Amino acid sequence: MDAARIHQRLSAHLGEGAVAFQADALQPWAVVAPEAIADVAAFCKSDPELSFDNLMCLSAVDYPKETPPRLELVYHLWSYTHSHGFVLKVHLPRESPSVRTVENVWGVANWHEREAYDMFGITFTGHSDLRRILLPDDWIGYPLRKDWVDPDFYNGLHVKPTPQMAERSMAGEKMGVGPFDYTPPNRHVED
Amino acid sequence: MASYGWRVDDLDTDEMILNMGPQHPSTHGVLRLELRTDGEVVRAARPHIGYLHRCFEKHAENVDYPGVIPYTDRMDYVASMGNSLGYALAVETLLKIEVSPYVQTIRVIMAELQRIASHCVAVGTYGMDIGAFTPFLHLLRDREKILDMFEWTCGARLLYNYNWVGGLSHDLPEGFVKACRQFLREFEAITYPELIDLLLKNKIFVKRTANIGVCPVEVAVSYDLTGPNLRGSGPPRDLRKDAPYSGYENYEFQVCVGKGEFGPLGSCFDRNWVRTVEMAESAKIVHQALDRLEKMERADVHEKVPKRVKPPKSEVYSRSEAPRGQLGYFIVADGTGVNPYRVKVKSPCFTAMSVFHVLSRGMYIADIIALIGSLDVVLGEIDR
Repeated sequence: MDAARIHQRLSAHLGEGAVAFQADALQPWAVVAPEAIADVAAFCKSDPELSFDNLMCLSAVDYPKETPPRLELVYHLWSYTHSHGFVLKVHLPRESPSVRTVENVWGVANWHEREAYDMFGITFTGHSDLRRILLPDDWIGYPLRKDWVDPDFYNGLHVKPTPQMAERSMAGEKMGVGPFDYTPPNRHVED
Repeated sequence: MASYGWRVDDLDTDEMILNMGPQHPSTHGVLRLELRTDGEVVRAARPHIGYLHRCFEKHAENVDYPGVIPYTDRMDYVASMGNSLGYALAVETLLKIEVSPYVQTIRVIMAELQRIASHCVAVGTYGMDIGAFTPFLHLLRDREKILDMFEWTCGARLLYNYNWVGGLSHDLPEGFVKACRQFLREFEAITYPELIDLLLKNKIFVKRTANIGVCPVEVAVSYDLTGPNLRGSGPPRDLRKDAPYSGYENYEFQVCVGKGEFGPLGSCFDRNWVRTVEMAESAKIVHQALDRLEKMERADVHEKVPKRVKPPKSEVYSRSEAPRGQLGYFIVADGTGVNPYRVKVKSPCFTAMSVFHVLSRGMYIADIIALIGSLDVVLGEIDR
């Protein structure tokens, strides 16, 4: 089945207008409402004509400059039975994004969702084990968001000495965090 | 601190938490496994990854498109050619570049030699994990010959930066075809039959691997196992056949699948068997590619390399069959900058590791080693 017919099949199930379809892309995609994604995923897998038994990839993308600013989840589906693929997308707000998990449909989503949580801060409700996966458990922030700024300190260790930091610390700002309250060595230049 | 899912108070009196890794030699890298054990039996397992995280996806957003290629080499450092090939294919799809048959043929040769080299490490170290030391030495000797040929071609032995967007970094050197045929003859006549005799027909090896780590097809598909891990469970799914790229449709080769000869289908033995037989199939492909190459005029391998890579606003998910399975690149181009807006990698090892907790339930601790080796994970690619 080609993408247009897959989209027809999906909107026949969900009702007209529930799925916004982008046909003129390199790989056409459909945008699904966040609250519907779990049902759509289950339908995609169980429907005999679609039977998307494989989730190839689950990625998150940050678009802070779009109006409204959004986070996007991209589901790349593949059917081994019919050898066709499709792309589903979900738009989420950048403030406290939350969406239902699809790990009950495709097991591999468990780790992909943990990665999206780790890097973008997207919460997956109903997820069995939502922890950071690649970064340390005590990491603060979500590094793959576009507005990410590297921290100066990690666990009290001075990780990124920059000229700006030296200036700030020389101006008397207390920059230590964590147990050591470490002061950058170049603080003493002026003294 | 996030909870690990169980605390010491949760455990039964007989149970114990055992940490395996991150420096355990048979975890094939810095992987930490947290095993909840009852005597010798593993009740539950929990892999902890991320020790080798090098922020590939963040780096990729801060360099231009061709600049990402050296970073892709560093993901699966045992099979770098496959990684950069996948990335080059993805960007070429965005730019709508079609490389010449000459470049395609060289890419196939390199990818298949890399597959042999990678499986040499996989099968060799797997034997060593189980206790068979000799095959490892034989296979590493042959991998060395392949690395010598790579070094001769592009100057690097491990991280090649060879497949460029729209071409290759270097043409093949004079005499490569002859040297490559010489290697293949040696490999097919000596190393491969020796490997079969030494390892795969070895009764101890069979007994040790044929009944453990059985992965049913549904689990394999649901957890997105690909490559030899999926084919070990039965389905003959190979992107080189199903969705050919780089001219793979012109080559004749078999898709090897597990047969379940000595135990249930999808066991550790089957996955390892698929890898072994695949080496011979790859050698066949290289032979055919060399034949094609000899009939071709030499062409400029930089002909289609764009001076400035700036794709239009678009996004693509492109897959290729790397030695460890389907390697997918999801690339978003915003159409304004020369840097990728977002690069996401679906690495086959990542998904193979995510099924570990299912396969390891109820195993003996000693078999855990056999299971990790049979999934053939490279931690550089899991953590990226």
